[in-house]
Amino acid sequence: MMGNRFLSRVTVVAIVAWVAVAMTLVTAQTPGYKAPRAPDGKPNLNGIWQAINTANWDIEAHSAAPSPVLELGAAGAVPGGLGVVEGGPLPYRPEALAKRNENRANRLKLDPEVKCYLPGVPRASYMGFPFQIIQSQKHVMLVHEYAGAVRTVYMTDQVEAPADSWMGWSNGRWEGESLVVDTKGFNDLSWFDRAGNFHSDALHVVERFTARSADTLNYEVTVEDPKVFTRPWKMSMPLYRRVEPNAQILEFRCVEFVEDLLYGHLRKQPSQ
Amino acid sequence: MEGIRGTRASRSLAALVIVAVASVTLAAQAPTYKVPRTPDGQPDLQGFWSNATYTPLERPDSVTKEFYTPAEAAAAEKAAAARENAETEPGTVADVHYDFTQFGLDRSQATLARTLRTSLIVDPKNGKLPPVTAEGKRILAARAEEAKRLGGRWDSAQSNQLDDRCIIMAGPGPPMMDAAYNSNYHIVQAPGYVMILTEMIHDVRIIPLDGRPQPPESVRQWMGVSRGRWEGDTLVVVTTNFNGKNPLRGSTENMTVTERLRRVAEDTIEYNFTIDDKSMWERPWSVEAVMRQTAGPLFEHACHEGNRGLYNTLVGARLEDRKAADAPSKTDSK
Amino acid sequence: MNSRSLVSVGAVVLGVAVLSANIAGQAPAPAAKAAPAAKPPAAKAYTPPKTPDGQPDLQGFWTNSTYVPFERPQGVTKEFYTPDEAEAAIKAAAAREAEQTEPGTAADVHYDFSQFGLDRSQSKFAYSLRTSLVVDPPDGKVPPVNAQGQKRAAERAAARKLAGGPYDAVQNMAIGSRCIIMGGSGPPMMNAGYNANYQIVQSPGYVMILTEMIHDVRVIPLDNRAQPPQDVRQWIGLSRGRWEGNTLVVETTNFNGKNAFRGASENMKVTERFTRVADDVIDYKFTIEDPATWDRAWTADAPLARTEGPIFEFACHETNYGIANILAGARAEEKQKAERAKKGSN
Repeated sequence: MMGNRFLSRVTVVAIVAWVAVAMTLVTAQTPGYKAPRAPDGKPNLNGIWQAINTANWDIEAHSAAPSPVLELGAAGAVPGGLGVVEGGPLPYRPEALAKRNENRANRLKLDPEVKCYLPGVPRASYMGFPFQIIQSQKHVMLVHEYAGAVRTVYMTDQVEAPADSWMGWSNGRWEGESLVVDTKGFNDLSWFDRAGNFHSDALHVVERFTARSADTLNYEVTVEDPKVFTRPWKMSMPLYRRVEPNAQILEFRCVEFVEDLLYGHLRKQPSQ
Repeated sequence: MEGIRGTRASRSLAALVIVAVASVTLAAQAPTYKVPRTPDGQPDLQGFWSNATYTPLERPDSVTKEFYTPAEAAAAEKAAAARENAETEPGTVADVHYDFTQFGLDRSQATLARTLRTSLIVDPKNGKLPPVTAEGKRILAARAEEAKRLGGRWDSAQSNQLDDRCIIMAGPGPPMMDAAYNSNYHIVQAPGYVMILTEMIHDVRIIPLDGRPQPPESVRQWMGVSRGRWEGDTLVVVTTNFNGKNPLRGSTENMTVTERLRRVAEDTIEYNFTIDDKSMWERPWSVEAVMRQTAGPLFEHACHEGNRGLYNTLVGARLEDRKAADAPSKTDSK
Repeated sequence: MNSRSLVSVGAVVLGVAVLSANIAGQAPAPAAKAAPAAKPPAAKAYTPPKTPDGQPDLQGFWTNSTYVPFERPQGVTKEFYTPDEAEAAIKAAAAREAEQTEPGTAADVHYDFSQFGLDRSQSKFAYSLRTSLVVDPPDGKVPPVNAQGQKRAAERAAARKLAGGPYDAVQNMAIGSRCIIMGGSGPPMMNAGYNANYQIVQSPGYVMILTEMIHDVRVIPLDNRAQPPQDVRQWIGLSRGRWEGNTLVVETTNFNGKNAFRGASENMKVTERFTRVADDVIDYKFTIEDPATWDRAWTADAPLARTEGPIFEFACHETNYGIANILAGARAEEKQKAERAKKGSN
């Protein structure tokens, strides 16, 4: 009997500790909230969602800072942010940290967002543009306004990534109320934010989308990349539903907007 | 589904006949197929589809009838495939481009959305685009002027083609047209929405079905803005608010596209569309086409991200300019 | 609050009580209207009213305008003046203030404070018998800057020298002139010289302090949330508050070090204590801790007196012609000098 009581106390302590950890990891939610069901009985995550934070500027905690472009003045300046990465600074390997700092110092030239390149994962989720979840039984589509980026989450007929890509290859499953998306097959060309935080082609991202109220989701992301970081790390944030009537994803077809930036110096000069 | 991508047209006459019979049945209009439903009750159009085709938009000048016989269709297809493969003869200019057949990208290796039609256009009855209006002629002339002002194809990124600039290709439309290769689509439905993903260039149309109004006039998009509704088993999609920068055969920003999609077999979607653009054509014109089920998945087409071609051709063109500028005496000598 | 500080609050309050009759109706500055002072409190201990959510009510319009110098003047050794001595000190200060605007003086090129009603004698001020705002150390002076602080000060001076003259670039000019932030915001909140006004508004879980110049707002959460990450730094730092009885205790850290308060480092910690001791007086104390600058903490006592609202928008930057004009003038002077030099060498 003694042994059982000891065991159960340890278990209780462990559960309480786990809950405490879990509660710090997810934003506070209506306890036990469950989203309405989609027609196939799964939680219905359909809708247009958007993050409201400064993660796209810098996923770590940061102060406000001037714009890297003089002419933009305050319109291009960086707002401060308390950070979305859990547990402090990113656990970079020393040589990777040096590369991150070099990225940051040259971000106008190097940030793929400036060139209208596909944003990668999880950056696409918090770019400051909305995205729409289109949820069917076989596929959950994440359709992003920014650069028309799109992610196909395969819920059935799952295979390994056949080739590397910017947005990775996603396989998904339901775990209770959470949509769990497991993504690999990234190239090493996208960044996590405008502050130079980056990854290699060994990147492995696991996302959890869980409804926390009728119009918000908890979005939790575990990032693993042994070539760049010394251990996996987590970020989390709420995603807010765009509730205005007739909300829709519009085009942000930005290739056209960057052509002079990329190719302007190759314009034919008027002949003498 | 394994054999669909790897079949060569020249080896599959038997298959062609079977398909041709099915196409004729289509034309005869007596569907016994009952389209399955999505969990929320929409007719199910979901899956991977191809609209790759050798059928031209307009009827060739030498042809007067509306339908080929199966044998004529096969011959026309063979001829078109031969022309496509001929481009990649080693030593030809076209071959400097990559060898389509080597990468399985030519249409003969794709899932063909076959039809016995001699043209995709069914109205006007002559299978050709209607006459252009006076305003249309003015617009075309203005466009030509603008193109002249922009200069030669390699003078700048902006004077080049939209597909080489990786801005938009023929696939998404609307209307959705054969993209020459990778002409693939993925349709996914959710309550209140039909989503169509076009492989090149990962364009997505999210079509709401809730009867919402069209957006304000000042919102203009390359793919316009679409609104959909079900009429029985047919998805009717009306698209307006084009920005006019990707003119379909000369269309303007005032074009209205009405598409009708109906699944008529497990592996076939009937895809018809009408183009109404009074600024360009005297009357609307219509197309009847099909989309065939194909094997997924679609792959990411990161066109812009990998666009070395545009950069390299511009660099090359500027080098040639400098060479020409540095050697004027050569052109002086007579 | 410990008993010692209670006594000193009592002394201030008492001083106010004794003087209320004398001050009312008097003109403490030449040609100025009577300067309203803090009303005397009731004889018994004061219990502040509560907001609807149960916080002691600090709400309203307040000023920390004062004639009390920050540090005790040379030659003064006691902690409190007699009422007459305080009166004389105020009169002398007001006269000096008015003097500045004598036509023909350099200071008069600036606008005439008294004409716009901006001088202290025409505004409400927080009356006090103290000889200094600094109450600890007991000598009424800020402790000496330690070696680390001196080193930092020397580095700052060297950097300033490298940067050139005061009008070589906008970044060389005073932070207040640049309309970035002024002394009233703090923390700690210091007398701004004019428009030394604040508005306090409370709502469940928050105390908000609006400083008139330059419309700075501190929104102080009361929910015991964690300290902010080290990498987030602000001009006004980041504040966390809690109620201890009727005293609002606010701790502020995460300064960015660009507006070094009396030479402090970015690791300065400010602890403020707000206690409403009368309808129209808030006892405001602050303690400064910064081992990188001072070897000991030090404290000042600078009460807030109720004043009239409303607070006006202070759109400093939006109409900051001063900077453009001063810099243009400096550039014009350089050009003139250069041209004269050229002529001279011919």
